[in-house]
Amino acid sequence: MQFLKKETNIDFLSKRKIAFGVSFLMVAISIISLAAHGGPNYGVDFKGGTIVQVKFRDATPISQVRDVVGSLKMGDFSIQEYGSAQEMMIRVPVIDEAKSGETQAQKVETALRQKFGAKFSVERVEMVGPKVGSDLRWKALLAVFYSMIGILIYLAFRFEFRFAVGAVLATIHDPLVILGAFSVLDKEFTLTVLAAVLTIIGYSLNDTIVVFDRIRENLRLKRGMPIEALLNLSVNQTLSRTILTSGFTMLVVVALFFLGGEVIHDFAFALMVGIVVGTYSSIYVASPIILYWEQIVLKKKEAASKAGAVKAKKKKEGQ
Amino acid sequence: MNRTIGWRLLLTFAVVAVSMFFALPLDKKINLGLDLQGGMHLVFEVDADKAVASSLDGEADGLRKFLESKGVVLTSVARENETVTISLANAAQSVEVEKAVSDTYGNFEIIGRSADKSRLTVAYTATWRKSVFNNAIEQALETLRNRVDQFGVAEPTIQREGDNRILIQLPGVQDRERAINLIGKTARLEFRMVNEQFSPIEAEQKGVPSDSDLLYERKVDPITKKPTDKIPFLIYKKVEMTGALLSNAQVRVSDLSMPYVSIDFNREGARVFGDLTTASVGKRMAIVLDGNVYSAPVIREAITGGTAMIEGSFSYEEAKDLAIVLRAGALPAPLIKLEERSVGPSLGADSIRQGVLSALVGGALVVVFMLVYYRIGGLIADVALVFNIIILMGAMAYFGSTLTLPGIAGIILTIGIAVDANVLVFERIREELNMGKTVRAAVEIGFSRAFLTILDTHVTTIVGAIVLFQFGTGPIKGFAITLSIGLIASMFTAVFVSRTLFMIYLGSRRLANLNI
Repeated sequence: MQFLKKETNIDFLSKRKIAFGVSFLMVAISIISLAAHGGPNYGVDFKGGTIVQVKFRDATPISQVRDVVGSLKMGDFSIQEYGSAQEMMIRVPVIDEAKSGETQAQKVETALRQKFGAKFSVERVEMVGPKVGSDLRWKALLAVFYSMIGILIYLAFRFEFRFAVGAVLATIHDPLVILGAFSVLDKEFTLTVLAAVLTIIGYSLNDTIVVFDRIRENLRLKRGMPIEALLNLSVNQTLSRTILTSGFTMLVVVALFFLGGEVIHDFAFALMVGIVVGTYSSIYVASPIILYWEQIVLKKKEAASKAGAVKAKKKKEGQ
Repeated sequence: MNRTIGWRLLLTFAVVAVSMFFALPLDKKINLGLDLQGGMHLVFEVDADKAVASSLDGEADGLRKFLESKGVVLTSVARENETVTISLANAAQSVEVEKAVSDTYGNFEIIGRSADKSRLTVAYTATWRKSVFNNAIEQALETLRNRVDQFGVAEPTIQREGDNRILIQLPGVQDRERAINLIGKTARLEFRMVNEQFSPIEAEQKGVPSDSDLLYERKVDPITKKPTDKIPFLIYKKVEMTGALLSNAQVRVSDLSMPYVSIDFNREGARVFGDLTTASVGKRMAIVLDGNVYSAPVIREAITGGTAMIEGSFSYEEAKDLAIVLRAGALPAPLIKLEERSVGPSLGADSIRQGVLSALVGGALVVVFMLVYYRIGGLIADVALVFNIIILMGAMAYFGSTLTLPGIAGIILTIGIAVDANVLVFERIREELNMGKTVRAAVEIGFSRAFLTILDTHVTTIVGAIVLFQFGTGPIKGFAITLSIGLIASMFTAVFVSRTLFMIYLGSRRLANLNI
């Protein structure tokens, strides 16, 4: 069985201006949305706060729960349904837990007990102090930064430096777009979403490296071929693999999205966006960067050799 | 079958057999994370600065007594934060103080002198302060271990994290509130006399005398957990005796079937308690735990038997927990809860069911598609994929790593990347076949050309995963471990196992065409 006819010959590189426009637009929307929201919509993991997830035995109006939690006067709280009408997620801001014997989560639970008795159970409690939250945020940023450095070093060592730059730029592009998608949809950025973003960094690189590998091979095999044609050939040669692998990975991630349950929903969503963007970026972002690099370096070299020739000429004339 | 295939097969089966040996039965060998089996994850900060301050109080008292015994007349000795200021009646005696600090109290250093030397400020030396700080944390760890042991949790984790943090993981614990109360209680037990010169009501209105504290006995309804009553007591600040001198604590039930805690003192404790009660017959003594009054009985007669009892309005469970914390000893410093993650057992079970279900469905879809798309190649890739997962499970069991929800996601990603490795090889073989190579040559070239690509993609992802492991926390670590192990297994199965299977399939036959 085969999806693609034997040899494709799509001119990807000629659309690089459109692609750069699209990428620029996506990244710009991400940055604008992030700026407008004042950074990512951090979840409890990164911001600090308390989550109490409760499950009622029967469907219970959210307004009743809201009244109970509201009467505690804990400040900016929110309640949302979680999966079904029986499950709810209550968020309250964190306070200085050291000074109060009873934690916020306990206060919420006690208040709910008084109103609802044994009609609910507490499924999950998460409390992250503000100090730990900012610690985690910092650590996450460091993790991304260092993994980029590590990857850059490995690729510069295995390929040429320009490939490493292309790969890293294409890779920075992807988490930015995912972050933007989360920001635009006002979804929460949590530890699991971060894990997804880091997974996508790996996945997108995987994709980019396969294409680069072929470019490197073709550079050796087909000397003298114009660079643009060579890049197009390489992308086309690996195209069926790209489509297949993205398809297979998508199959698993879609299964995860629909069957994995609420806890993993956002994780799967981030992966779905990431696979699409990652596949796109390794075709339309990574390879054109190599082309641009080549063009800039070539122009410089030409300019340098021209300047050199002029100098030499002048020298000669001067003699 | 030639010899190369023989040893390749042997190695493959050996690796798979060893992995199965480590991994089976799955439910016994693979540790499930708290998010999957339910339980509590807690991070506390030990307020060790407080421990330093209270140790400083004790040492300053010792220094004061030492100086007085040397005939130095002191007007005051006052601690502020982590410094102690000694005021002398006669500035000339400052020589004595300096000598005492340099000869006898090496853990102190003089950090300030007033112009006439009538006031000297001392503090702990940096090394001594550090050791007091560290001791407080080590002691807190020990105390928490004792408490958790007696609470009865299977396989708890209690470890120090960083400078002054303690991580506690209690798998399977369902009664969250009880566990937190048990762990978080400082359990500083004090016996202090009740100030009967004023009534507490008077003190509330006119102000509390400087030698006393206004403390409360809190009555709580055992069912609704709502406070029902709050009785004030005026209690002298002076601590007559602490819980440090007790040897045992147990729950007993009174004639009226009210639970109470019976405490036994050690030999010294019995003597001190005997003296104290002998001298205070007819007065009221309060039993204060962490600043709350538990009871304040009138001492009717001297108690020399070395036992006492703490009554209060508690349930049997509460009395039992109180006995545990008293037995395990007081925490040297209060704990501040920084982080709590609790997952109820039913949510954990839901998560694992959904996680496994989606992994199975996703995996099955991939297996079927590979088979349809690549025929014989797909079959080979599927076998390699199954081996991959077996090896992954074996390695996780061997290293004792914990499977978390993000870990399941890591397995799913591993499936994706492992399949990609096979796709790379097969697409390469197809290309070579299209170029008119023989089947044998196409397979040969396909594997060798794809090898470098597979190596690059895998190593890059592993580099990322290692960094994640270094800088990540909890669930991210689990994800990084699972992914790294899975990728190493994938290198082996996609390159080595698949190739072996191809060798067997091709055997000595001369296939004109390969159905791939």
